[in-house]
Amino acid sequence: MNRSDLLVEVRDLDYAVDGRAIFKGLNLQAERGRITAIMGPSGTGKTTLLRLLMGAIHPQGGSVRFFGAEVPQLGRAALYGLRRRVGMLFQNGALLTDLSVFENVAFPLREHLRLPEPLLRRLVLMKLQAVGLRGAATLMPSSLSGGMARRVALARAIVMDPEVIIYDEPFVGLDPISMGVVVRLIQSLNQTLGITSLVVSHDVREISAIAHQTYLLSEGAVVAAGTPDSLRATAAPVVEQFMNGLPDGPVPFHYPAPDYHQQLLRDPA
Amino acid sequence: MNRLWQWPAAALRNAGRVSLFLLQVLAQCLPALRHPREVMLQVYNSGARSLIIIMLCGLFVGMVLGLQGYDLLQRFGSESSLGVAAALGLIKELGPVVTALLFAGRAGTSLTSEIGLMRATDQLTAMEMMAVDPVRRVVAPRFLGGIIAVPLLTAIFNCIGIFGAQLVGVGLMGVESGSFWSQMQGAVQLGDVNEGLIKSICFGVACSLMAVYEGFHTEPTAAGVGLATTRTVVSSAVLILVIDYMLTAAFL
Repeated sequence: MNRSDLLVEVRDLDYAVDGRAIFKGLNLQAERGRITAIMGPSGTGKTTLLRLLMGAIHPQGGSVRFFGAEVPQLGRAALYGLRRRVGMLFQNGALLTDLSVFENVAFPLREHLRLPEPLLRRLVLMKLQAVGLRGAATLMPSSLSGGMARRVALARAIVMDPEVIIYDEPFVGLDPISMGVVVRLIQSLNQTLGITSLVVSHDVREISAIAHQTYLLSEGAVVAAGTPDSLRATAAPVVEQFMNGLPDGPVPFHYPAPDYHQQLLRDPA
Repeated sequence: MNRLWQWPAAALRNAGRVSLFLLQVLAQCLPALRHPREVMLQVYNSGARSLIIIMLCGLFVGMVLGLQGYDLLQRFGSESSLGVAAALGLIKELGPVVTALLFAGRAGTSLTSEIGLMRATDQLTAMEMMAVDPVRRVVAPRFLGGIIAVPLLTAIFNCIGIFGAQLVGVGLMGVESGSFWSQMQGAVQLGDVNEGLIKSICFGVACSLMAVYEGFHTEPTAAGVGLATTRTVVSSAVLILVIDYMLTAAFL
């Protein structure tokens, strides 16, 4: 594989908060033009990984390369330059609540470019059409459903024509129909526009249907990597537990606690 | 002994953080002025929307000043100087201070909770990820809006206050209208007006800074937003009164 095809390359990443290790020697990469999924149980630091990628926080060790640049070493201007090439979809959409749907999508254009109003209008309407919400352009974010808000956020994420889109838990809290819509949108953005996609999710079924490459994180490191099918065939207990949604296994059902009987008997009733 | 030092150390640390944030905001003020509409919107939001409460309070403060001033001055038989007393009291002291306190309560709190909620709902992070500096886009226009609004509100407060004092002094207590106005005109100097103006600008900076600082550094929870709003009012009020003493001493 050509090195320039690697858009994201994470090597031996170490990151700890207050002495608690989140990542210990994490390795993963995302290729240009493909959908890469990062899965794992809640609390494994998937969102933290995205923040490291975007340079919002700095790792203690290892290397994070994005577009071939070492992210932690970028200055503010270079970091902002990198972010302009990346669209990001937040878990809850993170729409600006004081702006209408149209202005939310127009926001990056207005901030970064000086476009004549008719052109800007056309661009925004095209992106809204792509997510099926051209008719909702005048609504305020407060009157949108969760699924609609996420589609508007997606339109905003693609309005600057990014090379990469990062999706942070794009399926959480959506009804089956909205979920299907978002899955199809991610796939069609990847296929028709060739946008590289990085999807962080724990919805195994949805993500398996569209991902080219999957990483399964657990306890700060990649425990399995490969195509969704090869992952499903893996016999490792933690992979099996996650892919099949078993309540107890290597990832315990109980948070670490003192002995149950002892505690019940000792506590005054 | 260790604990004894904790409180002043924390206070000093906070003061340092606020000062650094002020520098950060000041650096973004000029870029923010390139979008004058955004600043104007904030002058409207925090200024024009505080107008009613400022006018109402100004009227009553002026009326009280009329009554108290009359009571005090007539003991020396100089009730005809009521106009001077009311005008100087308002322009130099009560106008800037009361307006700033009201502004902190009315507009400062809403600035803090607005920015705090933007923090809590990831809107500020989203801006950062879109390569838009939230300090320039969100904080600086609100800060500037506050600085512009407070002196304007103070001027309105003063005018209405003087009108209120005249209403009570002349209308109710029977001070002669001519001496009320002419003595005021003769005694109030441009320096007095400037003193009030400088005070109100400083208060505007203090209130707006505390409001945007607390909002920007809100802990992203419901309780965090509430706490930040409370802190805005308390720290603004203390800061206003401390600055007021220092400026008054400096002008004497």
